[in-house]
This record gives sequence, structure tokens and C-alpha cells, in this order.
Amino acid sequence: MSFKHKHILGIEQMSKEDIEIILDTADAFKEINARDIKKVPTLRGKTIINAFFEASTRTRLSFEIAGKRLSADTVNISGSTSSVVKGETLEDTAKNIEAMAPDIIVIRHGHSGSPHYLAERVGCSVVNAGDGAHEHPSQALLDVMTMREHKDRIEGLEVAIIGDITHSRVVRSNIYCLSKMGAKVRLCGPGTMLPPGIEKLGNVKVYTDMRDAIKDVDVIMMLRIQMERQSNIMLPSLREYARFYGLNPTNVKLAKSDAIVMHPGPMNRGVEISSVVADGVQNVILDQVENGVAVRMALLYLVSGVESMQTS
Amino acid sequence: MAKAETAILDQAGIARAVTRIAHEILEHNKGCENLALIGIRTGGDHLASLLRTRICDIEGVEVPIGEVDITMYRDDLAARGNLPIGKTSIPFPLDGKDVVLVDDVLYTGRTIRSAMDALMDFGRPSTIQLAVLIDRGHRELPIRADYVGRNVPTAADEEISVTFNEDLSPLAVRLVKP
Amino acid sequence: MAKILIKGGRVISPAQKLDDICDVLIEKGKVTAIGRDLEAQGAEVVDADGKIVTPGLVDIHVHLRDPGLEYKEDIASGTLSAVTGGFSSIACMPNTEPVNDNQSVTNYILNKVKEEGHCRVFPIASITKGLQGESMTEMGELKGLGVHGVSDDGKPVSNAQLMRRAMEYAKPFGITIVTHAEDLELVGSGVMNEGPVSTELGLKGIPWVAEDAATAREIMLAEFTGAHLHVAHVSTKGSIDLVRQAKKRGVNVTCEATPHHFTLTDEAVRGYDTNAKMNPPLRSAEDREAVRQGIADGTVDAIATDHAPHHIDEKNVEFSIAMNGIVGLETALPLSLQLVEDGLINLPKAVALLTCGPAAALGIPAGQLEEGGVADVTVIDPELEWTVDAQQLVSKSKNTPFDGWKMKGAALFTIVGGKIAYQR
Repeated sequence: MSFKHKHILGIEQMSKEDIEIILDTADAFKEINARDIKKVPTLRGKTIINAFFEASTRTRLSFEIAGKRLSADTVNISGSTSSVVKGETLEDTAKNIEAMAPDIIVIRHGHSGSPHYLAERVGCSVVNAGDGAHEHPSQALLDVMTMREHKDRIEGLEVAIIGDITHSRVVRSNIYCLSKMGAKVRLCGPGTMLPPGIEKLGNVKVYTDMRDAIKDVDVIMMLRIQMERQSNIMLPSLREYARFYGLNPTNVKLAKSDAIVMHPGPMNRGVEISSVVADGVQNVILDQVENGVAVRMALLYLVSGVESMQTS
Repeated sequence: MAKAETAILDQAGIARAVTRIAHEILEHNKGCENLALIGIRTGGDHLASLLRTRICDIEGVEVPIGEVDITMYRDDLAARGNLPIGKTSIPFPLDGKDVVLVDDVLYTGRTIRSAMDALMDFGRPSTIQLAVLIDRGHRELPIRADYVGRNVPTAADEEISVTFNEDLSPLAVRLVKP
Repeated sequence: MAKILIKGGRVISPAQKLDDICDVLIEKGKVTAIGRDLEAQGAEVVDADGKIVTPGLVDIHVHLRDPGLEYKEDIASGTLSAVTGGFSSIACMPNTEPVNDNQSVTNYILNKVKEEGHCRVFPIASITKGLQGESMTEMGELKGLGVHGVSDDGKPVSNAQLMRRAMEYAKPFGITIVTHAEDLELVGSGVMNEGPVSTELGLKGIPWVAEDAATAREIMLAEFTGAHLHVAHVSTKGSIDLVRQAKKRGVNVTCEATPHHFTLTDEAVRGYDTNAKMNPPLRSAEDREAVRQGIADGTVDAIATDHAPHHIDEKNVEFSIAMNGIVGLETALPLSLQLVEDGLINLPKAVALLTCGPAAALGIPAGQLEEGGVADVTVIDPELEWTVDAQQLVSKSKNTPFDGWKMKGAALFTIVGGKIAYQR
């Protein structure tokens, strides 16, 4: 098989073929999640360290379950309880972890470029679970897998992503993933949250009016607007944000009638997405979560294969 | 360099073997009341399908059929890197069933061991039996087939090639010398 | 003291409008003769055939880190790094610990230079006490010790009223105000130039307007007060243009550009290389081109390195938290000569940018090569090819983005006060 990446640092480095291999593998692993005994011995004896230096519940849980269902030994360390609080540098933390011979380190960190930093300094595989505002490859892959399931294709899809584009790693990874698979991306957000040159990253068009952005699209992806941004002088109020950039039962009709609604979670009900839409039939948010475990199992399996080929 | 190929079974020959195996399965299990067929991908799944049709021709019953991909259970993943994983589908409960595992070629026995591990994760069959089209010898584990189409003694560096038509019906079995 | 006779080199001293193949005779720390076919008994002869002979090079923007931060660099290693790069005079910035805002620290520096320094050092004092941005340093007193310029470099003086008063106060003393112009609110928590690369890398950006808006304010204050303003490390198209227009209006403003700003762009940050992180950051290709044009048309008066040594522990971390700054003393010369190779400027202009240009901008006595003058001379081989090896740099710190680069041109001899301070 031609999957040759030892690390999963981002979608940027992947080819269309790589993405298809990951999605097909995830399909096969998804079946396990429906069994009574949700375990296969594939990664038995492998050690996976989930190093989450930035708070996360769903992604960490997802990676942990993914590793355990593959029979790997998964261990979690989180920023607040780690030596980082005592001032240890990321490099020292990583080298100490590596001395205990893990096969894979899954890292989430607030600083963009941290997985690259780590990959340059440790010998085992590194999987990026989200670095700063840079990339969140497993999220984009599960998003695309969900789209593929509901729409039977990716090529030619019109996908609108609405929200704080500047600070979103989900956006960047999705732009790479969707563009490589032949979809078209529409971005929209408040003027303070559209970064320069974002259209250069792929097949992207930027809109300032949400109504234009979601007109006749196949997929609407709403990003979480972070309450903390308020202190950043980015928005006058969440009320105004919800009015002009939130998805509600009225404007959702502008999209195609069979459009699906997605959200990387966790949702701010009533801000970027109204409860009615969030609980409505079009939303596939829980499918995203289910696919998340399968995608992460696929990533761990594929990366482990490359890693063991190199050491054997 | 073209390899030397010897024909072992042609399409008709395969059909006769499958028919005989179907009779043997029904005889041994005294009918098909608790019977289920599970094909091992790839190759065994197509044969299982053919076997099911044959059983239906004889007894008039369509027995439950499933397929299992054993990649996730292989014992040699470390050396093989990442192999593509195919779908596993067992759309019926296994508890209490007499499961006949179907594969095209039986060799070291490791694939069968992996398949049994997979089955155990799905449930608790009453019995597990094994039907293969070709047994080529060289067992490395204590595994034996209950139903065999043809015994073909082979050397370690030879291969058994089983080919299929576009409609997935078996076409021919050949012995390939290096 | 030795006599040194530098024979047959192309002697270029723009301050003296000199560009000729001739000899230079040095005796007792002074240049005693410049002319053809000079002879001297018992002189050490330096064969400068095919080489260039210039006034000792001048770098008016260096962080020596001494006192207080000697783990990064100190006066001994910093001045050694300077002479290795061909510099005989440097000006050191006051953001040390303690800050150089008083006699004690200035004297400490001057004394240490006497004991351990390899080249001349002109301390720049701070504009505000302790770099706090609240009240002025006692500039008058420091002028008496030989301080010619003041700067809060590393930080801007955010309070416009305070900057106005500092300019008005400095003017009668003839002190140059060197400004590090940036609007801290617009910079925010940015770590690299704001643009497509920062978007791609997911790093917070520093928009060009953070520098331009602040530069505009400084120029207007200089115009208003008539003080001599020198703008440090200009990095944007807008700032270059502001200086250009101000000069046309007759404002007493000068500016400097660093070798990294006329050589690299923000593309160098790709891969999250912390050796491409400094303030002001590497900018867009358009900005780099504007800086180069500013050098060509005389808007830029000086090339200055902003030599900023940092310990490996401070750079070997994630990009967002790495310290700003790179070393530059040992790579400035070949990078400047590259501008001549590229056809942007001619050799005498390049020499001016590294000698009389910076000296005049800061107002220090340096950058001259004349009979009867001080014997600070650099002999340069413009054809010498060498490769930068960060670990072999003389500076204590190795934070350079040019590691592994093939360079052309180097100093063969750096003579300070008639003594060979460095010989390759």
C-alpha cells in the first residue's frame, strides 16, 4: 500500500490518494464500532501517548477510544497536570516521554507548529490533534468522511464554512482536504475574522454576507465562536454575531433543500447555531462524532504500519 | 519471465467440487437448520456465495451468509506494514450457529486462526467448520479443513492462483511454479 | 607600536571621496600616508592586491547584552564577533540589565571595552529611565561621556508627548534620537508578518501598519521639533516611503536597514524556524523590494545589523514563544556585497552604507580613512567564498538564519587604532 507518512502533521502534506486510503480504512473500522465487542487486536502491544496540552474533551476521548478499540495501550497526559506547569519545555517533556518507548504520540497544543517541532525531535510517530490555529487533520478527515456518506461524493460539492476563520485550524485543514478532493469551499465571517491570503490555500472563495455564502450549498459547516474572543475587540457582541453570522431556521433554507449541517463542536446554542437547526433533521453532527473514532483508528493504524516498517 | 503454470481445476471442475462440498456439509450437519456460511476475504467470500447457491439448489433454503476481513487480526502486521483493510459484514447473530468458514486456499493455517479470532469477537458459534477449495499443505498451526475440494501438494516457493470472472464466479485454479 | 603598510588595494572611502588603487601607511595608531608606491622601513606589509581597503566598518545597532545578560553575549565576545565581521566601531543598545540610563552603566561599558574589547564601542543610552517609557534619561550628562544617541530599542516610546519632549530636549545637545517604531496595540500578540504565510502557518501576524503608523508619528514629531531622528531597522514599503518623502521636505531624518530585511522575506518562517523570528519581522517580497530600492536611491543611510544574540534555550522552543532576534555581525559584509553583485548599488555605495553613512546617522566619529586620521581600517577580499557554519560563529550565540549559506566576501584584516584586531 502506498501510505508512506510516518507522521500526521497536517492535510497540507497529503495527496488525494492518501486521503482516500484514510477514508476507506476508516470505513472498514467504522464497522467495529457497531459490534458488541468493540475491539480488534490490530495494535496490540503498541503504546500511544495522548499528550493534550490544550483542553479538550471530545478529541481526546475520541483518540483514546480509537486506540483502545485497536487494543493499543493508551495513556493520557494533559497540560494542567503535567510538568509543563513546572516550567518544563516542550522538548524536555517530549524526550522524557520518548524514553519510555511509545509508538505514537498524539499531540494537541496551543502553539502552531508544535507537532512539527516534536516530529523533529522524537523518533516515534507524531499525530497532530490540533495545533494552535494551524491544522486539525483528523477533524477535516472525519468531516469529509461524513460528507461522503451523506452525499456519495466529494468532488463538485459546494461547502460553506462560517465563523471565526482567522483562529480556526478546522478551516485550514478542511480547505486543504476539500480542495484536494475536488470540492469548492466558501468562507464567511465578520470582517475582523477573515485572514489575509486565506483564498490562496485552496479552492476558496471568501464572502462577507452569509446569505450569499450559503446560497445553494450542499454542506454548511458552522464554527464555534469563542466567547474569549470578545476580549480581543473582535466583535461588538454575541447578539450581533448571531444575527448576521448565525445559522437559524430562516437562513438555512437558502442552502439546497437536502443540504447537511455540520459543526466540529462543542456548539454554542443560540450563537452560531440555533437550537432548532442544531436538533433538526439536516444536522449530521453526531455522525461526525461517530466517524471521528473511525477516522482516528484509521490514522493510528496507518501511521503505526509505516513506523513499524521503518523499524523492522 | 513467464512463470510455468499448470492447470489444477477448470470452471467445470470447480463447480463439481463445490457441489460435492455442499452435499458433504448438509450430510455432516444433518440439513441446514443452524447453518451459516462466512467467507474469508478475499476469494473465500466469492466461494461462500457459490456454496450458498448450491445449498439452496439442494435444500431449497438460503442460509445466512457473511464475510470477514482478517487484516486486523493478522499476526504479522509489524512486518507487513499497513495493508488495506476490507469490510467485514456479519449481519446475523452467531450464537448457537454452526458456522462454516470458507476460504479458497488453505496453507499455513494462520489466516484461519485470525478468522476464528474475529468470529469470537462477534459471538459464540456452536461449532466452527472449515471448507476450502484447495489444501496445499505446509501447516504451521494445528488447523485442518473439514471439507476439501482438492488436495494439491506444493513446494514452498510455488503458488496456487485462484481466478474469478467478472461476475465473481470462480474461473480456474492454477499451480504456479517460480 | 607596529607600522603597517597596506599595499596595492583598491582604497575606497566615500567620506573622503576616495576610490583609488593605492597604499595606506599606518603608524602609531594613525594613518600617516595614503598614496602610490609608499615605502616604510620595518613595516608589516599587507598585500592588498585585488582586495578592497576601507575605513573600519561601522555597525550602529548591536546588542552586546553586557551587563546582565552575559550568557547570551558579552563585551569581549560581541566585539570579537564584530571585528571578525570587519567592524571596527559598533554602537551598543541600552536594553541591558540594568538598563544603560546612567553614568555607572555607561562607564562600566567603556571600562570593560578598554580591558577586553576588540573594537571601539559607542554606547547608546536609553531615551526613558529604565526603558519604562515614563521619564527622560539624563542625556546631557551622558553626552559628556561620549554618548551620541539615545534609544529605547526593543520597545517604542508609546507616549507621544514624552517622545516630543525627548526630541526637544535632545536637540540642543546634538543627540540623535534612534526610534524603534511600532504601535504595540497593533502588534498585539503577533509573532511574524501578517500575510498569507502567517495565515497558512496559523501564527498571529504583525501587520505592516503597526510599523508605518508609528514611523509616521515619529517623523512628524521630528519635523515639528527639528530634532535629528534616526529610524531603526526599517522593514516596510510604507516606512521607506515615509522617510523618502520626509527627506524631500527637509526633515532631519535618517534610517537604517538590516541585512536580513533586504535579503529575506516572511517565506523564511516556513517550517516554523525560530531563527527567522525577529522584531520587526521579515516582511513580504514587496517590502523587501522597497527596502532594496530605498538602499539604491539613498533613502536608506546605513546598513545596521541589529545583532541580537539569544541563548539556544531561548530559541529551541515553539515558534510562538521563541525570543525575537538573530545575530548578524559576522554575515553583514557578504550580504551587503551581494547587493553589489545583484547590480543594485556600486561598491563605493556599499562601503558608504557600512562606514560614513551609519557614522553620520548616529553622529559618531567613525567611518573615515584619511591622512592624520585614526587608523581604523578593514581589508576585504570580495571574492572569498565561504560557508556559514552557525556553530563556528565567534559570537556566544548561534541564532542565525544563514546557517549553511554560501557567502562571497569577507574581512581579511580588521585594524583598530593601528593594531590588527582580527586576521582571517
